[in-house]
Amino acid sequence: MALLSFERKYRVRGGTLIGGDLFDFWVGPFYVGFFGVLGLFFIITGTALVVYGAAIGPTWNIWRISIAPPDLSYGLALAPLKEGGLWQIITVCAIGSFVSWALREVEICRKLGMGYHVPFAFSFAIFAYVTLVVIRPLLLGAWGHGFPYGIFSHLDWVSNVGYQYLHFHYNPAHMIAVTFFFTTTLALSLHGGLILSAANPGRDRTDPSRQAEMKTPEYEDTFFRDTIGYSIGTLGIHRLGLVLALNAGFWSAVCIVISGPFWNQGWPQWWSWWLNLPFWS
Amino acid sequence: MNLWLPMAAGAGALLAVASFVGTDWDLPPVDTEQIGYRGTGMYNSRDRETEAALQAANVVPPAPWEADPEGDRAGDIYENVQVLGHLSDDQFNQFMAAITEWIAPEEGCTYCHNAENFATDDVYQKVVSRRMIQMTQAINEDWTPHVQQVGVTCYTCHRGQAIPANVWSRDTSPEPQPGMAGYRAGQNVVAKFGGNSSLPQNALEDYLLNDTNIRVHSTTALPTGTNPNGTKETENTWSLMMHMSESLGANCTTCHNSRAFNDWDQSPPQRVTAWHGIRMSRAINNDYIVGLTPVFPDSRKGPAGDVYKVSCAPCHNGVQKPLYGVSMIEDYVDALSKKTQTGVPDYGTYVPGETLTLEPAPEPGTTSSLAPALAPAGATGERNVAAVVGQ
Repeated sequence: MALLSFERKYRVRGGTLIGGDLFDFWVGPFYVGFFGVLGLFFIITGTALVVYGAAIGPTWNIWRISIAPPDLSYGLALAPLKEGGLWQIITVCAIGSFVSWALREVEICRKLGMGYHVPFAFSFAIFAYVTLVVIRPLLLGAWGHGFPYGIFSHLDWVSNVGYQYLHFHYNPAHMIAVTFFFTTTLALSLHGGLILSAANPGRDRTDPSRQAEMKTPEYEDTFFRDTIGYSIGTLGIHRLGLVLALNAGFWSAVCIVISGPFWNQGWPQWWSWWLNLPFWS
Repeated sequence: MNLWLPMAAGAGALLAVASFVGTDWDLPPVDTEQIGYRGTGMYNSRDRETEAALQAANVVPPAPWEADPEGDRAGDIYENVQVLGHLSDDQFNQFMAAITEWIAPEEGCTYCHNAENFATDDVYQKVVSRRMIQMTQAINEDWTPHVQQVGVTCYTCHRGQAIPANVWSRDTSPEPQPGMAGYRAGQNVVAKFGGNSSLPQNALEDYLLNDTNIRVHSTTALPTGTNPNGTKETENTWSLMMHMSESLGANCTTCHNSRAFNDWDQSPPQRVTAWHGIRMSRAINNDYIVGLTPVFPDSRKGPAGDVYKVSCAPCHNGVQKPLYGVSMIEDYVDALSKKTQTGVPDYGTYVPGETLTLEPAPEPGTTSSLAPALAPAGATGERNVAAVVGQ
């Protein structure tokens, strides 16, 4: 793969967290590092085990392959390979590869002398996954509470676990998470629309035979000041996007970890505190 | 002075605190029962403290004494014994002692009987009791697909109270605003009988009194235009299902795999028991409870003037098997396990304090409030069985 002209100046030594100079090199355009090696190990092992699980399973239909967690009767112990043990090892591989990837991002940030925003943001996705397959199962006392690894089967799990609490839309943390998810997409669509229109301004007004020059952020700010009275600005929109997206992931983790360990009734019943407020009760 | 921001923040903080301290959070550990194949999410989790409280509240009381089945029959000894005349004197008195503890332990015999003459029917509670004994006998004989051999007694619902704790009646609060603006399709308020959700508040009327179709599920992945049911019908069903779940301390996956609610092959077998239970509740309400409307005084009716009716909740009381599946019937086999006299009086003629004997009408007609076309119980049953097989 061809090296881009500006890439060479970013290829600086140092900044590694572990391993010193040992893995501090590039393969083609890809930085390796200790966590690149470790991550690759987990990715290959985990993927191979998923393929093995599919091979001993009933189907090769990509939608229906499923690696299921153990029965609840195994509790927090290890299960035989074909009865959920595979799921346990794959979970270790998944967490290992996700965390390796995040730490490799940290090393790259250190090399580039930039902040840790990217690994910090990715860690929220890892946190949500770990909440589902480690924290909540630990609190409930069995690995069997993790979700199965399969395209259809994990959706069936989500559906059934939601219906264990009768109506999941009444889960307050779910409400907050869904609101953040939708607000993230709203902000992204507003921002994307603004950037696309600023970058594609059409024909030049004085000389219609020419493409107009790209508009500056002054124009972008003016558009939103005209329409909604406020523009958050070029840097601010990215901070806002980060806050919205990370909250979406964070509250998703909260909404599932409280379901079971801290709440076992239907979620509508949670609102008894509201119905019992002294104003109307 | 711009104070709206701190005021809003303060109100928000207060609400957050109220939501934390004002509701019934659990703490781990919880006990979970696995219902389906591993990883399908078919689990039922129960909080240990809640479960311990339920266990303590659902203990079967012992029989007052072991009754001797020999000796003269109650019907020959006492006057106006219409339903329990086949019992021995000892069995009859044992059952009367038990029913007093079950229904009116404070008030005693005179809750149902005229203290001057126990044989008369002038206390309305006695007329109701007689019908309820007929009902209990019918449940134990005709509804074994639901109550199995465990059976029911008066105590299953009454638990020492004249009115069982979890009965329902038409929910009229809050009154809708007049006019178009007040139309809310019976929903969007707290549904007391729908698990405190905002789903339709009187769904029980549609399914446990009337015979509204519960099956709203399309059987194809994409719409074909043949299923007339929309969100409204579906949410009405959901309200009933929430009520059932809350009544049993269960959840949707107790009876359904939510990936295909409609599919019997993917459903746990409990769904069959529940299917019979829905029909049993409907039959009890129509054949035994609504017919007693003229007998009950207004103080024994709901705010809308209808009698208190049954659903899953009066028997189950938050437990999947009422009283944790412990049978009480063996101490009262002769009194409650078989139908005896099934005649129905004309309750419209009853005048409390004056009617001394209320005999079964020669032609009782129908006591069912189901639509006439649906009235024969057999026909309803067959139609529904066919519908199930058809899925």
